[in-house]
Amino acid sequence: MTPDVALPLLVLALPFAAFLLLAVVGPLRRTGRPAGLVSIAAIAISFAAALTVWARELVAERTWGWIPADGGPIATVGVLVDPLANAMLVLVTLVALLVQVYSLAYLGDERPGALGRYYTYQSLFVFSMLGLVLAPGFVQMFVFWELVGLCSYLLIGFWYERPAAARAAVKAFWITKLGDVGFIVGIVLLWSATGTFEFTDLFEKAQANALAVPGLATIMFLIYLGAVGKSAQFPLHVWLPDAMEGPTPVSALIHAATMVTAGVYMVTRTEPLFALVPEVLTLIAWVGAFTALLAATMACVEGDIKRVLAYSTVSQLGYMMAAAGAGASPAGFLHLLTHGLFKALLFLAAGAVIHAVGTNDIFRLGGLFRAMPQTAVVFVVGTLALAGVPPLAGFFSKEAVLGGVWEAHLTGPFLMLALTALLTAFYMFRVVFVAFFGRAHAGGHPHEAPWLMRGPLWLLAILTLAVGIRLALGGGEAHEEAPGWLPPLSVGLATVGFVLAWAMYQRGAVDPARVAAVLRPLDYLARRRYGLDGLYAGVYRGIILGLSRLIGWIDRYLVDGILNALTALTLRAGDALRYIQSGRAQDYVYGVAFGVLLLFVWAQLWRR
Amino acid sequence: MIGLSAYLVLAALMFSIGLFGVLTRRNAVGILLGIELMLNAVNINLVAFARFHGDLLGLVFTLFTISITVAEVAVGLAIVIVIFRVRRTVEADRLDLLRW
Repeated sequence: MTPDVALPLLVLALPFAAFLLLAVVGPLRRTGRPAGLVSIAAIAISFAAALTVWARELVAERTWGWIPADGGPIATVGVLVDPLANAMLVLVTLVALLVQVYSLAYLGDERPGALGRYYTYQSLFVFSMLGLVLAPGFVQMFVFWELVGLCSYLLIGFWYERPAAARAAVKAFWITKLGDVGFIVGIVLLWSATGTFEFTDLFEKAQANALAVPGLATIMFLIYLGAVGKSAQFPLHVWLPDAMEGPTPVSALIHAATMVTAGVYMVTRTEPLFALVPEVLTLIAWVGAFTALLAATMACVEGDIKRVLAYSTVSQLGYMMAAAGAGASPAGFLHLLTHGLFKALLFLAAGAVIHAVGTNDIFRLGGLFRAMPQTAVVFVVGTLALAGVPPLAGFFSKEAVLGGVWEAHLTGPFLMLALTALLTAFYMFRVVFVAFFGRAHAGGHPHEAPWLMRGPLWLLAILTLAVGIRLALGGGEAHEEAPGWLPPLSVGLATVGFVLAWAMYQRGAVDPARVAAVLRPLDYLARRRYGLDGLYAGVYRGIILGLSRLIGWIDRYLVDGILNALTALTLRAGDALRYIQSGRAQDYVYGVAFGVLLLFVWAQLWRR
Repeated sequence: MIGLSAYLVLAALMFSIGLFGVLTRRNAVGILLGIELMLNAVNINLVAFARFHGDLLGLVFTLFTISITVAEVAVGLAIVIVIFRVRRTVEADRLDLLRW
C-alpha cells in the first residue's frame, strides 16, 4: 500500500470500525451514550484525516481486483482521491461529526438501546457515504449508493413505532429504487459497450474520442435516472419531504447535506462522460431548473418547518443539477458544498426549535427570537446564506450557478432559477418572520438548547460566513465568467423576496390569504403537491394492487379450484365405491372368479 | 372311444357347478361342498391328461390332491364349527365383519 492512499483509507475505515464494533458488541451498543461517544470519536479522527488529505491536496488512485476474470478483474474496489473527492470527504465527515455531537443532546431522551442503534446506523451511513465518494468505478459507487439508501431507510424509520415514519421510510426506499434500476441498467450497458467500470479508463476513452458507442445518450440517461431518484429531482422528488419523519439530525445529515447530494456528486464525477451527450445535459438542466421552481412553490405554502426545509433542499438540488447540466459542474459542486453547510445549519437550528417547543408547525410558533436568541441568530444566518445574500456562502455559489446556466444559453432554465431565487428568499423569510418574530403563542416553555446542540450550530454558522468571505476574497474562478449584471440581479431578487415576506408576514400590509385567493389555482395545486403524491399512490394502487388482486384471484379460484375439485372428486368417488366392500367373502370370490373369466376372454380374443 | 375333450368338458362343468355353489350357497357347509366339487374337477382333469398322455405323474398328483382335500375339509369344517359356536350361525351373508 502506498502511503498516498493510507490516509483516505483511514478516513474510510474508522466509521466502519465503529459500526462493526457497535453492531457486533451488543452490550456496548445498548449502553447508549458511550456507544455514541465511540462513534463520535471514530468520526472525529476520520474528520481530522480527511482534513489532512484535503490540506495536502492529495491526488491518488489505488484499486484492488474484486471480481476476477481471465483478462484482468472485471470490477475493482479501491480509493480515488482528487480535489473533488477531497472536498466532499471534508464536508461529509464535518457535517457527520457535528450532527453526531448534536444528536447526543437531541436524542438524549431516547432509550439507551435506541440511541445505540441510532449511532450504529450513523456510523454505517458515514462509512457508506465515504465509500461512495472515494469510489474509483461505477461498481463500487453503486454498492455504496445502495448502502446509503439503506441507511436512509433505517434512519427515516428510526421511530418505527410511528406508522407515518415507517411509511415514509418505505416510500423513500421504493422511490429511490425506481431511479436505481435505471442506474444499474445504465452501468451494465456502459460496461458491455466499453468493457470497463473504472472512471479513469472511461475518462481516458472519452478524452481519446474512443467512446462513440451507439446509444451512449440512452446509457447516460439511464445513469442519470439514478441521480434523479437519489437527488430528489422531478418527478421522483416526492420521497424527500416525507423523509422528514426521521429525527431532525438525520434530516440534516442525510437529507440535506450528504446523501441527497450523491446524485449531484455522481454527475459531477462522471462529467467527462456526460459532456459527450449534450442532449442529456440539456435535459438535466431543464429538469433541474423545473425541480427547483416546483419545489420552491411548494415550500411557499408549507406550514411544517422541516418540510419547508425539505422542499428548499429539493429546490437547491435542482440548482446543482441545473448547473451540472449547463456544463458548469464546478459551480454546481461549489453550491453542493456551501449548501451542505448552511442547510445542515438550518436543519439543526430547526431541530433546536422543535426540541424546545415540541411542534413543527410554524404557525404555532412565534416570538422565539426572545426565548432562544442564539438559535434565532444562527437560523437567520442560514436563511441569509440560502437566500443568497453576500457575503455569505450561498450568494457566491448560487451566483456561479446562475452565471453558468446563463453562459450555456439556457434562457428557460435561467429564468426558472431566477424566479426560484426570489421564492427562496420569500419562503425562508416567511419562516423566520412567522416563527421567530411573530406574536408569541402560548405553548411550552421555549428555552435555549443545551451547549451540545448550540456548539455545532455556531460552528456551522461561522463556517458559512467564513467560506463566504473566503470566496469573496479569493474570487472563485467560476463567478468571474458571469456577466456583471448578475450579482445585482441576484441580490435584487433576494431583496424582493425578503420585502414580500416582510410585508405579508411581519408588517401585515398584505394579507397572505388574499394573495392566496389571487393565485388560487397555483395555491391549490401547491398545497396538494401538484397531485404527484396522489398520482403515485394511484398508480401504485391501480397497477400493483390490481396486478396483485388478479394474481390473487387466479391463485384462489383457478389453482386452488382445480385442487379442490380434484379432492372433492376423490372424496365422492371413495364415498360411492366403498359400498363394493360388502365384507362377504362370497362377493370377493365372485370378483376373483369374474376377473379370471375376463382374463380368459382377453387371452382368447387378443393374445392371438 | 371317448375323446379327451369329453373329460375336459365334464371337468369344466363340475368346476362351474362348484363355483356356482361357492358363490351362491348361504350355508358355510354348502360352500365347502362347492369347493370339494371344484377340486374334484381338477382331479378329473389330472387323471384324464395322465391317461391320454400316458404319463403316470398325473395320477400321483391326483393322490396328493385327494389327501390334501381331506385335510382341507377337516380344517374347513373345524372352522365352521368354531364360527357356529361363536356366532350361533353359519349363514355366509351374516358373516360380514370385514365390511366397511
